[in-house]
Amino acid sequence: MSSDTVEITCIACPVGCDVSLEVDDGEIQSIEGNTCPRGADYAKEEYRNPTRILPTTARVAGGVLPRVPVKSAEPMPKPELEDAMAEIAAVEVDAPIELGDVIVENVCDTGVDIVATRDLPATEE
Amino acid sequence: MTETEMERAESAQSAAEAEQAIRRETHDLVVVGGGPAGLAAAQEAYDQGVEDIVILERDFELGGILQQCIHNGFGLHYFDEELTGPEYAQEFIENVAERGVDIRLNTMVEEVTDEKIVYAVSEDDGLTEIDAEAVVLAMGCRERTREALDIPGDRPAGVFTAGTAQRYINMEGKMPGEKAVILGSGDIGLIMARRMYLEGADVEAVLEILPYTGGLTRNVVQCLEDFDIPLRTQQTITEIYGDERVEGVTVQEVDKDFEPIPGTEYDIECDTVLLSVGLIPENELSEGAGVDMHAVTGGPVVDDGRETSVDGIYACGNVLHVHDLVDWVTEESMIAGRSVAKQLQGDIEVREDPIEIESTGAVSYVVPERITKADDDREKLPLYLRVYAPMDEVFVTVECGDEQLAREFERRAEPGEMITVDIDTEALADLPENRLTVDVVPKEEI
Repeated sequence: MSSDTVEITCIACPVGCDVSLEVDDGEIQSIEGNTCPRGADYAKEEYRNPTRILPTTARVAGGVLPRVPVKSAEPMPKPELEDAMAEIAAVEVDAPIELGDVIVENVCDTGVDIVATRDLPATEE
Repeated sequence: MTETEMERAESAQSAAEAEQAIRRETHDLVVVGGGPAGLAAAQEAYDQGVEDIVILERDFELGGILQQCIHNGFGLHYFDEELTGPEYAQEFIENVAERGVDIRLNTMVEEVTDEKIVYAVSEDDGLTEIDAEAVVLAMGCRERTREALDIPGDRPAGVFTAGTAQRYINMEGKMPGEKAVILGSGDIGLIMARRMYLEGADVEAVLEILPYTGGLTRNVVQCLEDFDIPLRTQQTITEIYGDERVEGVTVQEVDKDFEPIPGTEYDIECDTVLLSVGLIPENELSEGAGVDMHAVTGGPVVDDGRETSVDGIYACGNVLHVHDLVDWVTEESMIAGRSVAKQLQGDIEVREDPIEIESTGAVSYVVPERITKADDDREKLPLYLRVYAPMDEVFVTVECGDEQLAREFERRAEPGEMITVDIDTEALADLPENRLTVDVVPKEEI
């Protein structure tokens, strides 16, 4: 691998610094453009292992609504987001559901669970 | 009896029946709206000693717009952790339930009078007239529509406000379309771009008429850049076309006065247009009650307790001014709840000399607009304000005559991010004049 410049917008605060990393052989050589130390930390992490919380919904049977909102319980690797969406789409859960219920365990083998983010009562028959 | 007499007798009888059919109640506090503002106001009023509280909510459940805002990013200030909208809502829903607050769902408030009589209808209870000691207006806001923008072209199906699409997808499990163009880069527009993309739709572009986005930087990064969705600034939709369904839009660049530039037209094929073009406080009930309205915020003019110009009627949350963070809605609504409780308990003193708060220079508005309460238990009195345009490295200043009461440094001030500046309440005791001026001054001028 050769030397490369990676541009990352810092999101640690509203200033939104454009941080550039000089990268050689996958190793960060220098960091420029950040106006505070948080920018450097963010850019390092975002380069090495970008992660995101994934908020989405899952199908529900017998609930007051046909969907329950869910999220990854922790930030998960960014490249897995779209595969995780497919895995969650394959699931249907029965109401009632409680906030924190695990909807998909260990999504895409990331070690992260998908959990419900609200109570969802069953319809009254 | 003649025919006319019979008709008269019948109508008198039906009027009497209708009169009987009205339920009449009296309550200490009626809260109109069970979203984050209404919930926090009710909770705080209860905790300060008001027990007879009714929340009137038109939806089938509490939580308001938070229930469809399934993304994370809520609660960092209030809970010190990052929650999704439904998680944030559930905390307050549980709190009011634990306190035994009387919650009426599927109930629409039709009118609030300046005498604090509230008329509400529901399928179960019919018409109810509530004589309230105090009313908190917490109806929130609604979205601007295509009609508000006057976008020319056909009138096909497939044009939605971003919030409507959000409710369809996140709560009702229905996709609004497969190929979308989003007009407006406020946070809802950005969030919906990601949501549509992750649910399998193509998002062709997010268009913004201003030279900069109205959304948070983190949302530009995590909602657009993550998925290579283009953000095009200084562009707008100048025509929507399609027979029954949207088939595409014509886009044009705009000049500094937002006028489309001839010759820059290009078309984007799509079946869906989402509009994220601003929110309007929902104040029909407030206006009906005769409260004074503010020209810039679109909400009522309030004092430091969030009391409107009508005695005993309060307002908080997005009905008062559109907030960017729900955390500030909670804080503001608790100010209202606390003030209601103090008033109902006869525990509040009114200043002999109300202080008017004026915004000047680059400050577009300040809430509250006046200070009338002499509430000595408070240490700080927060002022909420916004600026007209983005600025780097500024001081927000609060001045009274030659005296400076507060000064706060902001590394970056943006119209999309509300700024808070705290006044030390001790400083209000002895002022040279009854007028405060809030300004934003570049660092180098200080």
